[in-house]
Amino acid sequence: MLGEPWHRIISITSTDPDRSPARHPGGDYALDRGFRGIAWTSAALILALVAYIIVEIGGKALPAIAEYGFGFLTSTTWNVQEGHFGILPEIWGTLYSSLLALILGGVFGITIAIFLTQDFLPSRLAVVFRTIIELLAAIPSVVFGLWGIYVLIPMLRPAANWLHEEFGVVPFFGTSLSGPGLAPAALVLAIMILPTVASISVDALRQIPYKVKEAAYGMGTTRWEAILKVMLPTAGSGILAALVLGFGRALGETMALAMLIGNSNQISLSLFAPANTLAALLASNFPEAGEVEVQALMYAALALLAITLVVNIVGLAAMKFATRKFEAER
Amino acid sequence: MAMRWLLAAIAAFGCTAVVPLALGQNPVSADPSAKGQVELRGAGATFPAPLYQKWIDVYTQANPNISIKYQGVGSGEGSQLFLEQKVDFGASDAALSDAQIAQAKAGVTLVPTTAGIIVLAYNLPDVKGTLKLSRDVYADIFAGKIRQWDDPRIQALNPDLKLPKQTITLVARKDSSGTTYALTNHLSTISEAWRTQGPGIGKLIEWPGISTVARGNEGVAGRIKHSWGSIGYVEYGFAKRLGLPMVYLQNKAGRYVEPGPQSGQAALAANVNQVPSNLRLFLPDPDGEDSYPIITLTWLLLHNHYVEPQKGMALKGFVDWALTDGQRFSGDMGYIPLPADLAMRARAAVDAVQ
Repeated sequence: MLGEPWHRIISITSTDPDRSPARHPGGDYALDRGFRGIAWTSAALILALVAYIIVEIGGKALPAIAEYGFGFLTSTTWNVQEGHFGILPEIWGTLYSSLLALILGGVFGITIAIFLTQDFLPSRLAVVFRTIIELLAAIPSVVFGLWGIYVLIPMLRPAANWLHEEFGVVPFFGTSLSGPGLAPAALVLAIMILPTVASISVDALRQIPYKVKEAAYGMGTTRWEAILKVMLPTAGSGILAALVLGFGRALGETMALAMLIGNSNQISLSLFAPANTLAALLASNFPEAGEVEVQALMYAALALLAITLVVNIVGLAAMKFATRKFEAER
Repeated sequence: MAMRWLLAAIAAFGCTAVVPLALGQNPVSADPSAKGQVELRGAGATFPAPLYQKWIDVYTQANPNISIKYQGVGSGEGSQLFLEQKVDFGASDAALSDAQIAQAKAGVTLVPTTAGIIVLAYNLPDVKGTLKLSRDVYADIFAGKIRQWDDPRIQALNPDLKLPKQTITLVARKDSSGTTYALTNHLSTISEAWRTQGPGIGKLIEWPGISTVARGNEGVAGRIKHSWGSIGYVEYGFAKRLGLPMVYLQNKAGRYVEPGPQSGQAALAANVNQVPSNLRLFLPDPDGEDSYPIITLTWLLLHNHYVEPQKGMALKGFVDWALTDGQRFSGDMGYIPLPADLAMRARAAVDAVQ
């Protein structure tokens, strides 16, 4: 799957050698060679950089891996004094908050993409809207965090506490929202991944040839049938890519979460309980960590990398599946 | 991290509001022994940090040739830095354990500097009036056995209050802390269950309830201020500066005592005769009718020998001043001045430092 773009590049360059006018064959050849060299080097450098980062983190984490082994991932204590480290609550919090964010951000992001591409708005206005949404991506994470603390939490709290009072039996509402907690963190995360999801979905929907839509209308579909049954499935792989990227961003988001999630070392189903994520754990514990704790934190970083990798692989596989199913019929 | 900055800023804002009150009164005896510029560095407990900072400001103003830097990094970290000789003096609310004292290469002198009470501050915006908690109830709250504010056991102690149906969120210390040590030492003394099945005594423990952690006394106080339904433990002054309501706790004699310098003073006065020769006095459950139940002394950690005599002299001068003239700042800032005879013994200990 990863090799596919390479295939395309190579096939373009190798099958169309006569495309460039052969007036200065020597010069063009050098340019071609040079460009290809630069492209290869850049690509190789990126791979080397990723490999270097993984080796560096892995090397620093090695003592911790040797000491705590697999139990690190399943234990729930983080006690520097006694040297017990475990990140199960953080893994849980990372996945739980990101999943909630993905559901919220995904639904809104795709809806916005449909709204912007399917002729609901004059195209100029759509461009303005899209720019505004992409501006969200330019807001620094720490501002989102402060906004969460001073605006979102006080707004959310009465509703959350009402839910807890009335439906406290439901595990999702098992605690009241005291301040920082999972719900405000997930909401802010959803807003933060919204621009990613929306703008990539917009691109995916824009790429559909106009004739597809005309054909759908020509077959007598209503507007909603065309959107839901033709346009969305056709853009399926692009939208999936948007969701995967958004999820990846949510997994790694740090500052806003460190401020909003409540740094609590526990596993709870409740949406309003304080929790913790891997990235927030790293951010808040690194500054004062001693040698032993740094090793444990490196191990946690490695776990976060692994989770991101798994999510991306699963996402790519899903995309491939979607591409085969829907786009082959183009 | 940004959260911490923010909370530190809030706490600092609180401090600056107190400082001008005490600034008027500072004729300090200049120390004749220290010549030339001397820089002293110390680190440790956050619990007495505002008071130490005040002492440092006043003292260095009168002795411009001395500069002192104190960092509130928590008792655990401070003791560690002191034992590694990375700072000239340390500070800890848990003193040092015998094992730690044995590690100190240049020897260690424990100097009690002030005392303070640890209050249980809470945030229940709709609850007006004073909240009272009995010994078994607050032990069970920290043990995670009572998880809702409207628990019948809390309600029974406070028949006049309308307690909300909210989750109790514990706010605890994230860093290794002498405040945590003093609280868990107290809980372990009053509660059989805490002693035998609970998380035990320590500067850093695993809290069983719904808990969230913050760094330093100022961090905990700030977190409580922002979190409804929360309860946490901080030194009295930090809670007072942020205007947090504090629980009236039941003491050993069975009475509910208002937290404050008076009840702390009473606790210290009633038990000061127990001070051992190394000045390491813990009062996990003080006797006395009017005693506030959770109280701790806080110590400066000095090396017995200073390689640079200038540093030793300057530090001795500062600590001696803090134990005499400096004590009058304690009360204003919510701490408890040392009883005169304990201060005398502490000065004698300082005098032996070389």
